[in-house]
Amino acid sequence: MFFEQLLNGITVGSTYALIALGYTMVYGIITLINFAHGEIFMVGAFVGLALTRFLNVNVFLAILGAMATCMLLGIVVERIAYRPLRRSSRLSALISAIGVSIFISTLVQLIRGPQTTNYPASVINNTVYTIGSIHISKLQLIMILVSAGLMIALQLIVKYTKMGKAMRATSQDYDAASLMGININQVISFTFALGSALAAAGGVLVGIYFNAVGPFMGTSAGLKAFAAAVLGGIGSIPGAMLGGLFLGVAEITAIALGKSSYTDAIAFGILFLVLLIKPTGILGRPLQKKV
Amino acid sequence: MLTVENLSVSYGGIKAVDNISFQVNEGEVVALIGANGAGKTTILRAISGLVDKEKGTVVFKEQPIHNLPPHQIVALGISHVPEGRRVFPLMSVRENLELGAFGRKNRKEILADMELVFAKFPRLKEREMQPAGTLSGGEQQMLAIGRALMSRPKLLLMDEPSMGLAPMLVQQIFETVTEINKSGTTILLVEQNARMALGIANRAYVLETGEIVLTGEAQELAENPQVKKAYLGE
Repeated sequence: MFFEQLLNGITVGSTYALIALGYTMVYGIITLINFAHGEIFMVGAFVGLALTRFLNVNVFLAILGAMATCMLLGIVVERIAYRPLRRSSRLSALISAIGVSIFISTLVQLIRGPQTTNYPASVINNTVYTIGSIHISKLQLIMILVSAGLMIALQLIVKYTKMGKAMRATSQDYDAASLMGININQVISFTFALGSALAAAGGVLVGIYFNAVGPFMGTSAGLKAFAAAVLGGIGSIPGAMLGGLFLGVAEITAIALGKSSYTDAIAFGILFLVLLIKPTGILGRPLQKKV
Repeated sequence: MLTVENLSVSYGGIKAVDNISFQVNEGEVVALIGANGAGKTTILRAISGLVDKEKGTVVFKEQPIHNLPPHQIVALGISHVPEGRRVFPLMSVRENLELGAFGRKNRKEILADMELVFAKFPRLKEREMQPAGTLSGGEQQMLAIGRALMSRPKLLLMDEPSMGLAPMLVQQIFETVTEINKSGTTILLVEQNARMALGIANRAYVLETGEIVLTGEAQELAENPQVKKAYLGE
């Protein structure tokens, strides 16, 4: 029982982690909380839905398609809504982010209507695997493996590729990075693309798991993932993964204890406590003032 | 090689650099000296494209560069060792050096150049895998210089390389600057340590509150009573 709940927690938590990574990476590079990130997650869920419904593709192709589409969307959002404000106050960029968020969710409402829809049942069968006393559904297994795979891939990209090194350099010292010959705009686009792709994958998985896709799904998922990113330490990639998993397990624990109506309260309670007690989060770097 | 004409830079309405013109010829070491706040750092940052220029032109090897973004300026052969070293603290010494060669493609040549940097600064070799933030100030300065050399610059901008270092290390850093110059890199050096700077430079410009007040051969300036009094403490 305990392990099954833990597994449920990890399943939900890994999707939070996928979304949280986008917040944390963008923050790490340009110190902006990209409040449109939840909407990118939502669009990812819809793209996956369209692909499975109209083209009958399997879950993996749906994820890939959603990732590719949202990469582009992320790049476009940054280009239009954030880049022109790069040198303005942080507040302007934040307001712009909220504007983009409202714009995207309203646009999806216009096209699809406000009601939620669901993925075709054929997209994943209900096979349940039993290992010892633990039961795990095929969907859960796919969610955990896809999330883990993506996070490992992300770590490899950030650690070993040229673009990944440029990302880390830019997040540590913006000016010095540009003095290395790094094209900062390119790094920022790349960061938005990566973060949006992960959110899109999360969108498809969550859409299938909760069997509901709607124009408002990005708001709460986005805020929770943001809480997870802050919990792990905003700006820290391993922190976002850890924060997401922790939040997922905490929520499932609440449900297991019969307090399912408190799951949101837990997420935001954690956010509140972290900001109050340790604003840099579990793995965050201490705030340094650059001279 | 580098010609700066009528350069002005303001921060929020306050002029940091006011209508400055100067040039650096190929093969020279040129020093910009002056007190804190005279605008020396701003001039280097303007050349590298890090700050917006209010007016003025910067021409490098017959090419205007004042409207280019920093990464394109680096690609043309200008490398900048910034004030305060600005190494990437969480990345290893090796990664810092790799980033210095970011715009280059030939892996073999890059590795060969990295060995040259290690030969110049054996301390860096010892600390190759250590995060740069754990190095001492002198080691970080060596890393910042080595990193700048990794792009094979034709012109090296150096901002206060002696700042905060022990006298022995200052001596060593200045010897390194001379060596780099001898191996064919032109150098524009910004320093508060006027004595050392005039000791190794060919020519110098003296800055006061954003304007050039004196210029000439470094040796002549070192003999100038005004300079002696204001900057050499004699």
